[in-house]
Amino acid sequence: MTTDVAIAPAAPVPAPTVLRQHQWLQTLRAALRLSRTKIGLAIVTVMVLIALIGPLVSPHTPTEFVGAPNAGPSSQALFGTDTLGRDVFSRFLHGGLSVFGLALAATAVGVVLGVFIGLTAAYAGGAVDEVLMRTADVFLAFPQIVFALLLVSALGPKVWLIIVTVGITHAPRVARVMRGAALQVVERDFVKAAEAVGEKRTRILFTELLPNVSSPLMVEIGLRLTYSIGLVAGISFLGLGLQPPHADWGLMINENRLDLTIQPWSVLLPVLAIALLTVGTNLVTDGIARAAIGIDRE
Amino acid sequence: MGKFLIRRTLLGLLTLFLVSVVVFVATQALPGNAARAILGRDATPQRLAALTEQLHLNRSVFDQYTHWLSGILTGNLGTSAATQEPVSQLLSGRILDSAFLVLVAAVIAIPLSIGFGVWMAMRRDKAVDVVGSTISLIFAALPEFVIGIILALVFATQVFHVLPAVSLIPPGDHAWQHPNVVILPAATLILAVTPYISRIMRGSMIEVLESDYVTMARLKGLPERTVIWRHAVPNAIVPAIQVSALQLAWMAGGVVVVEFVFSYPGVGAALVDAVGNRDVPTVQALVLIIAAVYVVLNVLADLATIMVTPRLRTAGQ
Amino acid sequence: MSATSVVDVKALRIVLTESGADIVDEIGITVLAGHVLGLVGESGSGKTTVGMALMGYCRPGGKVSGGEVVIDGSDLAGMRDAELRKLRGGVVAYVPQDPGTALNPALRIGTQLSETLEAHGRLGESEREQRLRETLEEVALPPEPEFRRRYPHQLSGGQQQRVAIAMAFACRPHVIVCDEPTTGLDVTTQARVLETVKALCAIHEVAAVYVSHDLAVVAELADRVAVMYAGRIVESGTRDQLFSAPRHPYTRRLLRAVPDLAGKRAVVGIPGRAPQPGHRPAGCFFEPRCALAEDRCREAFPPVSELGAGHAVRCYRAADTAGALAPDGASAPPATKVGDPVLTIESLDARYGSKPTLFDIQLRVGREECVALVGESGSGKTTLARCVAGLHKEYTGDIRLGDTVLAHSARRRTTDARRQIQYVFQNPYASLNPRRTVGQTIARQLQLFFPGARRDVGRRVVECLERVSLPETAINRFPDQLSGGERQRVAIARALAAEPAVLVCDEVTSALDVSVQAAIIDLLRDLRGQMGLSILFITHNLALIRTIADRVCVMTGGRIVETGAVTGVFDSPAAEYTRQLLANTPSIEAALGHVAVRAD
Repeated sequence: MTTDVAIAPAAPVPAPTVLRQHQWLQTLRAALRLSRTKIGLAIVTVMVLIALIGPLVSPHTPTEFVGAPNAGPSSQALFGTDTLGRDVFSRFLHGGLSVFGLALAATAVGVVLGVFIGLTAAYAGGAVDEVLMRTADVFLAFPQIVFALLLVSALGPKVWLIIVTVGITHAPRVARVMRGAALQVVERDFVKAAEAVGEKRTRILFTELLPNVSSPLMVEIGLRLTYSIGLVAGISFLGLGLQPPHADWGLMINENRLDLTIQPWSVLLPVLAIALLTVGTNLVTDGIARAAIGIDRE
Repeated sequence: MGKFLIRRTLLGLLTLFLVSVVVFVATQALPGNAARAILGRDATPQRLAALTEQLHLNRSVFDQYTHWLSGILTGNLGTSAATQEPVSQLLSGRILDSAFLVLVAAVIAIPLSIGFGVWMAMRRDKAVDVVGSTISLIFAALPEFVIGIILALVFATQVFHVLPAVSLIPPGDHAWQHPNVVILPAATLILAVTPYISRIMRGSMIEVLESDYVTMARLKGLPERTVIWRHAVPNAIVPAIQVSALQLAWMAGGVVVVEFVFSYPGVGAALVDAVGNRDVPTVQALVLIIAAVYVVLNVLADLATIMVTPRLRTAGQ
Repeated sequence: MSATSVVDVKALRIVLTESGADIVDEIGITVLAGHVLGLVGESGSGKTTVGMALMGYCRPGGKVSGGEVVIDGSDLAGMRDAELRKLRGGVVAYVPQDPGTALNPALRIGTQLSETLEAHGRLGESEREQRLRETLEEVALPPEPEFRRRYPHQLSGGQQQRVAIAMAFACRPHVIVCDEPTTGLDVTTQARVLETVKALCAIHEVAAVYVSHDLAVVAELADRVAVMYAGRIVESGTRDQLFSAPRHPYTRRLLRAVPDLAGKRAVVGIPGRAPQPGHRPAGCFFEPRCALAEDRCREAFPPVSELGAGHAVRCYRAADTAGALAPDGASAPPATKVGDPVLTIESLDARYGSKPTLFDIQLRVGREECVALVGESGSGKTTLARCVAGLHKEYTGDIRLGDTVLAHSARRRTTDARRQIQYVFQNPYASLNPRRTVGQTIARQLQLFFPGARRDVGRRVVECLERVSLPETAINRFPDQLSGGERQRVAIARALAAEPAVLVCDEVTSALDVSVQAAIIDLLRDLRGQMGLSILFITHNLALIRTIADRVCVMTGGRIVETGAVTGVFDSPAAEYTRQLLANTPSIEAALGHVAVRAD
């Protein structure tokens, strides 16, 4: 019997590595080879460390008064004092935790919800798809921050509310993207092959669909995290998130911006921190996106 | 195409209707004493009574909703809980000022970013492209209030004192009569939006330049100018148009934070104030208006896509 | 007819820009005006690269590093951009493989046609209009301006290709490069397009280079043929020389792999794979797969040997390959005793949404019988196959497995019913989950249908792979590490792991090279006997049916127009449609005017 097979004898097929099994891992490794990812990761790590360890090494508590309001840098206050006379540096070191923690939580909520809705809509199709997407459209009609403001106007500024509103507004956006990605996979023959042998629907969702949309998923996670940070800090900046005397980067910017000309540091530090954090996460996200394109092309 | 337009408009109306329900439920239909929940610590007996009266909270939820909705549809946007004036009066001037801001930003941002996108695609991987893409990446990451504050820092306070940090407009006047105050807020919006549009344009242009039909055009010996402008751009620009319309819609919400940063007297700043004051009727009206703008712009985005895609435009012929 | 060569290529060498590895080398081609050269090869042979080089074009990633391409007396190598642009479209025109993607979806076809004339503008406006009308008439398209206002998506595949041909001939070029222009077209449309190309080349005395993997088409069209293998031309000569008395072992094996419409010859595949750029040995590239290989074949690539009368070959053993291909025994698959009907389809009507697609289908497949379902695209054959597999549930009528009526949707069928009917998809690149190894894919199938034998799974997976001649090492490979043929074997192994009664094969070889196709057909034939399988074989390739099927059902427009034993239907077709289909199918033997051909 003739054969066209050349696996064993002559074909130059590379030996498989265990990591090939999980494409998302492979994508991450490829992303880490790019300089932008490395830079972004370095920036994010530094900022997260500040956020986490800051409170432990801060010279003063965030609420004690260490000098005259809006004083310049001194031995007591490395970057001067804020509008009430508190140490800018200490407040800065305390202010990252709320921003980063809330952003992380909101991202998790939004992504989990969005993935579930998007994949189900793509796979189920028909009426289920219509209903899910029309509902998503209704929530998409609200700009994210507007929806958060809407709920805050009725329920007041609460921490859990920030997580919930930001998360809920992420969900339809994530769902849209994941649905688009999944639609391309759903039509492929190996999914039909699974159906032909009668695999259960939930199993197909998790073992056939999900692994094959891992690239757009990772990119979405990165994007949502970047936006979450901006939203959470923005809501606090508007005065509708964390309330005084809490130390929060967004809130700090608001409290001190009228004194921008006299004491820039009280605004500059938190602004730079937020800027660096978001740029860092976006660099990592972009690195993942490029690595994913490279891998999908093979 | 007409059939599609009708269907899409009906769908838009349905969405708006559901949006109004969500707005209402989020503010008034929550369990517990709504007035007390809204006023929170500011709940004096007088304010409680006034708010209850204003929102008709002693009637059934359904009644409240229909009353409110019918009011909106007849142009009565309610009475502000903070100033006791009709909301429509408060907002009419502000809507124009916000619209002006968004228009200025859009008119500059869209052609600029499309141009950038094409330019970067044609100089792919060269210095212009690498620098441009990196800058895009940075601005795409920054929250819009950070961009605004940095602009204010640079141009209005520390570095140059050229532009006003706060958009003071004498009451009764409009933004276009004092163009100075529009510059920084518009620049913030432009910088926030340009990275997205130019990135899509660049990506789409690169893809189109690698397509079979562009290769075919070159194999026909057509001059390069014709290949780029007649063959490539009309196809590449389609996703950019979609994104532009969506970014325009985004600006409807983006104004909220940007106006707050510069105290620009538009609907965004009004919304933040109203939320701070727990002025529920104003909040309801504003959110509804913003959402409506969003929905309308989305329908227009779909329409624009169909107009520029012959395959969709001639469907059914 | 002029005797000057319009196309003269010498020692052309094109390499990969990054690694410097050669894609093609030592390419020498001569084409006279009014003649057609068929450039034949399988995927990866470099034939398209050579075709494009005639236009001075290299796909991104490659560049010309040696040799000369002389068109109409001018060497392309020295040309500046402006000169190349004048050449392309004006002197050398290109007919693309896929007009669907080569025509700009945003421009009217009138614009795309007239811009060629404008770019190579020697004509005034009214003359251009005249030329456009002429050209459109020549390709049998309406010359009126209304037709030209259409967009490409408003034309059928055949019409699109005609527009592409019109675009090519409009400027009256001296050379035409056709890159497999009938791929994806129906047999009938293909026949008409080929006629058009041939006629136009003759009328306008154009030198044509026809790049193709389809030997039958080349046999009908070409005056001279050059066979490419792994970037080299291994044999060239007149059509008669090459098809009746091929001298290179690869050419000979390739011809044996092409299915014979007349059914007088069995197909035989070629083991192994062609070497990719960068992995080519020092000696003859075909040596690892050649039955006549000797030591000297491994040392250096054979030089060109002139065999006289314009017939050249690159093989050390050329002297031993003279003579026509040796005779063969029967070509038809061994006649099997047809058992009881395993699969019965009764009065089946199917729809797609609200559109009816199948009408009153009656079909029966017996035990160990292979029934072919043949038709052009849109005939409904795939819909029918999907109904059988339970992937398309909008139908009325019965599908019976043995005596039991099957539920319409696979999900609703019993596990045993699902096990008994297995489906192999057309596209081997899409039917395997790219995130799972071969072993995992097959093991999953075993788990689903034989849940008891957990401990045995490893051994059984190896057995499944052995059945399709894949080695144990394949277990840990991912699909993207395998070739198209290997992937299709895995897909078949997966299907057979369930030990089904019926195997539904949906165009399983359409995406594969001819030599690989022959091997897969061989495999299916053997397995049918070994496992007592019934096969429902869906294809559009009539010649292929001869090699594997017992009975055939001819479909068009959702109906079966003829059914019967393969020999009966092919030798004396009853339905007009079948007659037309057979007449329009290109065949090497018919082209050569031979009635009976003997094979190695």
